[in-house]
Amino acid sequence: MSIVIKRKPLNFLEKLYLPEIARGLSTTFKKIWEKPVTLEYPEQRPTIPEGYRGVPTLVKDPEGREKCVSCQLCEFVCPPKAIRITPGEIPEGSEYAHVEKGPQEFEIDMLRCIYCGMCQEVCPEEAIWLQNQFSLSGYSREELVNNKEKLYELGGTLPDEHFKWKKKKEAAEHGSGH
Amino acid sequence: MTDIFFYIFATAALAGALGVVFSRNTVNGAMCLIGTFLSMASLFVLLEAYFLAVIQVLVYAGAVMVLFLFIIMLLDVKESAAKKTSIYTWAASLIGFGILVTGVVAISASESIKNKAPTMPEASGTSLKAFGYELFTTYLLPMQVTGFLLLIAMIGVIVLSKKVNTE
Amino acid sequence: MDVNPVILKFVYAAIVVSVIMGLCSYAVLAERKISSWIQGRVGPNRTSLPLIGGIPIIGRFLTRLGIFQPIPDGLKFLFKEDVVPAHVNKFYFIMAPVIALVPALTTVVVVPFGRFVTEAGEVIPLVLANVNVGLLFLFAISSLGVYGVVLAGWSSNSKYPFLGGIRASAQMISYELAMGVSVLPILIWVNAPGREGTLNLFDIAQAQNGFWFAMWMPVSAIIFLVCLFAETNRLPFDMAESETELVSGFHTEYSSFKFGLFFVGEYAHMVVGSCVFTLLFLGGWNPMPFVTLEALGFGEGILGAVLSVGIFLGKMCGMMFFFMWIRWTLPRFRYDQVMKLGWKILLPLSIANLVVYTIFIFYLDTKL
Ligand code: SF4
Ligand code: SF4
Repeated sequence: MSIVIKRKPLNFLEKLYLPEIARGLSTTFKKIWEKPVTLEYPEQRPTIPEGYRGVPTLVKDPEGREKCVSCQLCEFVCPPKAIRITPGEIPEGSEYAHVEKGPQEFEIDMLRCIYCGMCQEVCPEEAIWLQNQFSLSGYSREELVNNKEKLYELGGTLPDEHFKWKKKKEAAEHGSGH
Repeated sequence: MTDIFFYIFATAALAGALGVVFSRNTVNGAMCLIGTFLSMASLFVLLEAYFLAVIQVLVYAGAVMVLFLFIIMLLDVKESAAKKTSIYTWAASLIGFGILVTGVVAISASESIKNKAPTMPEASGTSLKAFGYELFTTYLLPMQVTGFLLLIAMIGVIVLSKKVNTE
Repeated sequence: MDVNPVILKFVYAAIVVSVIMGLCSYAVLAERKISSWIQGRVGPNRTSLPLIGGIPIIGRFLTRLGIFQPIPDGLKFLFKEDVVPAHVNKFYFIMAPVIALVPALTTVVVVPFGRFVTEAGEVIPLVLANVNVGLLFLFAISSLGVYGVVLAGWSSNSKYPFLGGIRASAQMISYELAMGVSVLPILIWVNAPGREGTLNLFDIAQAQNGFWFAMWMPVSAIIFLVCLFAETNRLPFDMAESETELVSGFHTEYSSFKFGLFFVGEYAHMVVGSCVFTLLFLGGWNPMPFVTLEALGFGEGILGAVLSVGIFLGKMCGMMFFFMWIRWTLPRFRYDQVMKLGWKILLPLSIANLVVYTIFIFYLDTKL
């Protein structure tokens, strides 16, 4: 249903328009003395709210282990196909050999990424996160493809309560698994 | 000095006038006309009739020609749309030219101009007050006649452009 | 010290034109700054000159104020690529910006900037050409400026500029009449019987040592001001440009220096318009109503002259500020509103105003 709101008929002073202009002028004149509401960007940065979806990054757990297990779910789900993963084995001698796989190379093409957050949503390991990075620029196409190193550098370490793989290993060793 | 300027501006005025007549592009024609008006205003300045000069620029170059341009642009007259010159046009222009030549020759040959030119009184256009005074006393009749002419033209335009309900 | 007077005039002209150009470039800066302040922004505050910008506090203050901004602004106009679209009428396309700028700069010659009183009490106007018909000359020449806009619109040979040009011409014609009629009461008063007949801007300004004309002819002042906005194509009357509907109106196809010329022309027009309004209605260089510089004891000599120029420029800058202030306050009129305001309101009002003041001045002159 549409609602029609009748415009109030103008009174004489409003029709004259000049008093209204004066009112407008006084408003803008007051504004001149107010503090600017803008930020001067490179020096003053905006505060990024929690849960902001910035540039997708890879994170490590508090033990410094890369969380990604190279399951390639994110590569599969990514709508613009921005992610390219080369899966690799985790060497035998490693402490985390039981994780089986880890990414050998992990590239996100930021010229394709649409910051949808699907990768973060789908990741079973919570290894890929869209964090507070919002300003990304470069001089060439190659520069804007984030490789694994860059992704970990951007991502850093996130707290983890579960240590899922550690528990699994313990369970396998002590035989008290479920 | 004045002579040199006179020849410069007179030539410019004539060239502009010829441009108006001969240019195919209407906007070109209008611009030429503006040029003519401006040169004529300059001629008035040389005659020390500043008021006339300024009015010439203000009214003709500044307002009338803006209207002209406005109309030309609105109607969008095509260059090729100009009709072929008919025999009547030729005849009319010849007659007009004949009259002009006769007039110029007659005026420049007339005795009174030759004798009186140097003793002409100071142009009353220099002082505004004198100019206005003359306009409303000595030249009242011509002034009124011109006024009436303009009024007739105005009424004519209104009559022509008003849609008459024929029912 | 025998300098050829013609050469001297050339020098004066060069000085005045460069001052006007400087004023224009700083008017652009002021426009940007004022708009940003009104809109709660900061405005240009980065450009700095190596040496002056390095002075501890002042340098930083000036930089924050954007004082150096006009330099890169101007350079940008000079060095950007000058695109001449293939579909334009080259001759008029190139002529148009020149035609827009020249009248605006020419009108400056009849604008007096102050006065100089000699020891003998003689008052000399500080003006390039002290012509008797100054005011009319100013109106006449500034009305030529519209050709720049119209020709730009026409020669660009594309829709939006064309519409802009047409609107500009219609608006120009509509407001010139009301503008002319609105100043007539002043001229009648200045030229009343028994006084020296004059249309000289200097004399008009000198005549305001009592009441300023804006005070006892407020209607004239308002009409003149509105028409001034229309004639300078400033918001709320920027029909020729109206960037929200016509891309950017008559200069859509222009770039680089040609665009810059239009820009400077607009601001020069504004500067001259402010000067004229100050002279006609705001008492010229009289510091206050009923207080002349002479009364304050600054009549004679260089000091008096400098003060008069200073006061005049101050008032003019105030007017410029008012122009900008209005621009960032009011929305643009619709085209039909512009026409209606011009023909149905301002013109009749100015004629009525003229009649009333004619009777009033007649009464003052005969009965008192
Ligand atoms: S980031 Fe997550 S979803 Fe993507 S491959 Fe690694 S573990 Fe799988
Ligand atoms: S945020 Fe979206 S587009 Fe970007 S990498 Fe993740 S899934 Fe792909």
